[in-house]
Amino acid sequence: MDIHEYQAKEILSRFGVPVPRGGLAYSPEQAGYRARELGGSGWVVKAQIHSGGRGAAGGVKFCRTEEEVRDFAATLFGRQLVTKQTDANGKGVYRIWVESASDIAQELYLGFVLDRKSERIMIVASAHGGMEIEDLAVSDPASLRRMVVDPAVGLAEYQARELAFALGLRGGQIAQMVTILRACYRAYRDLDATMVEINPLVITGKGDLVALDAKMSFDTNALFRRPEIAELRDRSQEDPRESAAGDHGLSYVGLDGDIGCIINGAGLAMASMDMIKLAGGEPANFLDIGGGASPERVVRAFRTVLADRNVLVVLVNIFAGINRCDWVAEGVVKAYRELGLTLPVVVRLAGTNVEEGRRIVDNSGLPLISADTLADAAAKAVEARNRIAA
Amino acid sequence: MTILIDETTPIIVQGMSGRIGQFHAADMIRHGTRVVGGVTPGKGGETLLDRPLFNTVREAVEATGAEASLVFVPPPFAADAIMEAADAGIRTAVCVTDGIPAQDMMRVKRFLKRYPAERKMRLIGPNCAGVISPGKSFMGIMPPHIYKPGRIGIVGRSGTLGYEAASQMNDLGIGVSTSVGIGGDPINGSSFRDILELFEADPGTDAVMMIGEIGGPQEAEAAEYVRTKMKKPVVAYIAGLSAPKGRKMGHAGAIISAFGESAQEKVEILSAAGITISPTPSAMGETMARVLAGRAAA
Repeated sequence: MDIHEYQAKEILSRFGVPVPRGGLAYSPEQAGYRARELGGSGWVVKAQIHSGGRGAAGGVKFCRTEEEVRDFAATLFGRQLVTKQTDANGKGVYRIWVESASDIAQELYLGFVLDRKSERIMIVASAHGGMEIEDLAVSDPASLRRMVVDPAVGLAEYQARELAFALGLRGGQIAQMVTILRACYRAYRDLDATMVEINPLVITGKGDLVALDAKMSFDTNALFRRPEIAELRDRSQEDPRESAAGDHGLSYVGLDGDIGCIINGAGLAMASMDMIKLAGGEPANFLDIGGGASPERVVRAFRTVLADRNVLVVLVNIFAGINRCDWVAEGVVKAYRELGLTLPVVVRLAGTNVEEGRRIVDNSGLPLISADTLADAAAKAVEARNRIAA
Repeated sequence: MTILIDETTPIIVQGMSGRIGQFHAADMIRHGTRVVGGVTPGKGGETLLDRPLFNTVREAVEATGAEASLVFVPPPFAADAIMEAADAGIRTAVCVTDGIPAQDMMRVKRFLKRYPAERKMRLIGPNCAGVISPGKSFMGIMPPHIYKPGRIGIVGRSGTLGYEAASQMNDLGIGVSTSVGIGGDPINGSSFRDILELFEADPGTDAVMMIGEIGGPQEAEAAEYVRTKMKKPVVAYIAGLSAPKGRKMGHAGAIISAFGESAQEKVEILSAAGITISPTPSAMGETMARVLAGRAAA
């Protein structure tokens, strides 16, 4: 789960990371008021959306007057900001962060992630920040420093010092960096984060370290014990179809094709999508109905998939272990009748209670297209799609 | 022969009195698995499915001599249940639970390392379908009737794709020694490499079907092992050719976030290590049949 920049800054600041002073605004007037409240003669106005690349997309601006702050905020509110990390629809701007401008001498990169190889938290840092880490890894890989933290000991001071010196910091900056690194590590560990990123971490003209931007993501599996984090969820930043599906126990990811997929198991779902592609079609979505799916959940899956107007054909592929083919078949028949379907539906059932499942499909009197194998199912779905599109 | 479990392995089920635990324990017993008891704190002394229930894993091990444990405990308590099993002397634990926090798994992995090799517990999962040695024993949620006993090992992240492989091989008359689901989480107990080592050493296994997916470094690590140490043939399929970068495809671990983590890149790494790639998910059975036929002819 992602949160906004201002929320990440509030959290990290509580753990001891220095951040610029700022205020949140829900309207252009409030943005202007925030600037006056902060004082000074320069502010950075930043659109709050769950995406990086906001600057290049026109979502961040340095302003010299209160009026300029208000005017720029007015152009942002309600706008769909398209960055290189969002899809073509972009993300809606409903909150704006107004911050006192900082005097920047140098930009560093600092990130904390879960390293799957060592199965520990890894710190990635570079003396050349400001750009995305993916770009940095290509353009300047030698500048990247990596350090793995032993969970039993936590981030040791000597490790933090080593990293600070390796980044070329000196004098009072060393102690500041040690504080920042340990604060980020504690925030990561104590709040079940999956990512903490400060990019850029800047050295000001006076030589002090300040987090100019901040990003945090959290482990959704741990939200049950982090209610204060769960509260920060912002549904306006999510794909409404994906979050609605999630509320019903379905794992859904929207894609660009026109063959809707209803599958059990993430691996089989990915494999079915691959099979569609190899057969010359394009999947409209990834959808895993999960284990023990009731007929009602299958109907919900149909609703989710069909909310995508591009879908021309639906492919149901179930290899039941913890699921039951008869329940799924009942769900397919129910969905066909209740939703008044007219588009082709290809059904492949295998595993637990398969005979009962097939009987329900065959005796339904509906024009469902039965398939025996994965290859057969994909071929029939693509064939049906081509008939319609032709 | 098989790996991990056979008909003699005494097995307990942690969380047996839960709805799902009970359903699958009954299925395991029906198919000849030697289930010797269950563990549910607070229900010690009761009987379920004609088996004794215990309050702690330690009591269960002392009373029944259990060597393996199937963990059906809800996510908030699953990590603790796994550590309890390790401390009580269980040799192999299989955790089916989906949704365990990543940092809990970090703690579990570190905890397991505390024990010397001779009493270290092997963990399979979490978020997996389990382990089956067809016709002998199984611990997990798979449909046992689709597996034919035989001499091919299966190891995969995805449960359902493992069923798909077993069923395709079954249709061609190819049987399975043991099938192992290692699970779809970013941090899991046993890696592809760990299981490949067991299959390489097992006289009852002739070849291995490996089913990987996008995300994480484990397929590449397995490729290195196959290239340098493994003599038995390996066939592999990698799911997620059509998955976009940066989107999580159902499994918490199925996300392309680094170089070498896409399906195409993994296929190249595995091919370079001498692994035969099944070009499509529906060709897993026939690719294995071809490799076995080539080997018989040689």
